[in-house]
Amino acid sequence: MGAGHAHPLYVHEHSAVHSLAPEAKLAAALAFVLAVAVTPREAVWAFAVDAAALAAVVRLARLPARFVLARLAIVAPFVVFALLIPFVASGDRVEVLGLGLSRAGLWATWNIVAKATLGATTSIVLAGTTEVPRILHGLTRLGVPQPLTMIATFMIRYLELIADQLRRMRTAMIARGYDPRWLWQARPIAAGAGALFVRSYERGERVHAAMLSRGYTGAMPILDERTATAGQWLAAAGPPVIAATAAVAALVTAA
Amino acid sequence: MTHPAVEVCGLRFAYPDGHEALRGVDLRVEHGQRVALLGPNGAGKTTLALHLNGVHTPDAGSVAIGALAVDETNLPEIRRRVGLVFQDADDQLFMPSVRDDVAFGPANLGLGGHELRARITEALGAVGAADLGDRVPHHLSGGERRRVTLATVLAMRPEVLVCDEPTSQLDPAGRRELVAVLRGLAITQVVITHDLPFALELCERAVIISDGRVVADAATPDLLADERLLGAHRLALPYGFDPRVARKGTAP
Repeated sequence: MGAGHAHPLYVHEHSAVHSLAPEAKLAAALAFVLAVAVTPREAVWAFAVDAAALAAVVRLARLPARFVLARLAIVAPFVVFALLIPFVASGDRVEVLGLGLSRAGLWATWNIVAKATLGATTSIVLAGTTEVPRILHGLTRLGVPQPLTMIATFMIRYLELIADQLRRMRTAMIARGYDPRWLWQARPIAAGAGALFVRSYERGERVHAAMLSRGYTGAMPILDERTATAGQWLAAAGPPVIAATAAVAALVTAA
Repeated sequence: MTHPAVEVCGLRFAYPDGHEALRGVDLRVEHGQRVALLGPNGAGKTTLALHLNGVHTPDAGSVAIGALAVDETNLPEIRRRVGLVFQDADDQLFMPSVRDDVAFGPANLGLGGHELRARITEALGAVGAADLGDRVPHHLSGGERRRVTLATVLAMRPEVLVCDEPTSQLDPAGRRELVAVLRGLAITQVVITHDLPFALELCERAVIISDGRVVADAATPDLLADERLLGAHRLALPYGFDPRVARKGTAP
């Protein structure tokens, strides 16, 4: 039961956000991100409203700020790229700390940083409050075709296993003096990847036999019958409605 | 005449590559009996197990579970009656959480809602894993994993339990827990194993399969006492292990 055994992106807590039905959370997260994405970049106040709504959800979910900020590091590469834009973009320039920067470029940077941060935070909240199996249940109930959710299910289940095998294979290579530094030393790694593929294929056959043994007839059974109540949909709709209202207001005032 | 729990007659099977894995197997297992299937690697033990619930279809001969013949029309009921536990727990546990995995079998039987939840609780409880429901299979210990694989088939309330090498990759404590769990189950059991002390501890009867045929069938202590027979089929007792002495020590 310990949080240490769950997925590293998941925070074990009992909050209103955690107990919300996964399909409602998934739909709300998608709607929120879409609303943020269409918000005009000049409407700084609208992003502030979005950020406040998201911060309220983080607080409600009892996610530690340190956890959210650490996970946000994922956007760092995009931010670094975005920071270069004002230097290379054309158009009229403004003076910032003695540097001549492109005005349009600065807006582009702001646009990327604001939207990437809000989008990444949304997915951090989703993953932090919803265990992987429940996300998959939610996707199924949102009408995502079963072959896709099954592929995702098996990928999540076996990815760590395959990564483990790869690590062991690498250790075995190193233990026998293999220390690749150059491209022409890649042959054993390629051979290893091939062996791993064959092993995974054979595992697939055995897993299929195991599924047949327990009565599998071609369709995954529905395991989680708890569906979102009207109240849960309403609660989940809060943040995306706020973001959508802000976006519409910003679009109307800009026009 | 009442039917035995498992009845295999003249079973022959060859893999698509031409390898003849079973060359006429006859085996009868009575209700409530625990039988160890012994034999060297490649003898056909696992192939036989895959016939017991119809994953493989015989080339010749027949398999029946109780009064029901294993054939195309009976497969759903056969798969409910025969619980097959695979050797590699990672093959058996394919769902993202233990609870979902235990639910998979009974849900395929059409159970849902309260009934399904009751089955999950019952099955996990039967193997002493009531608190493992929310865990990810990847993060279980070897012993936990083995007990959970048992729960995934017990959830279907099988009449015959077939385990393929259940003690492989278990530490001594996990092995002891497994023996306790299996002993506590009052259903027919067919246990494939290389672990001869385990066979002696659990099963009153042992069968040696070698080269696709049944070559010996006797009470486990008698069979294990026949060193020449064991040697002829690549089986060996652990160093210093005397089945006649050990049996007294572990009388239930």
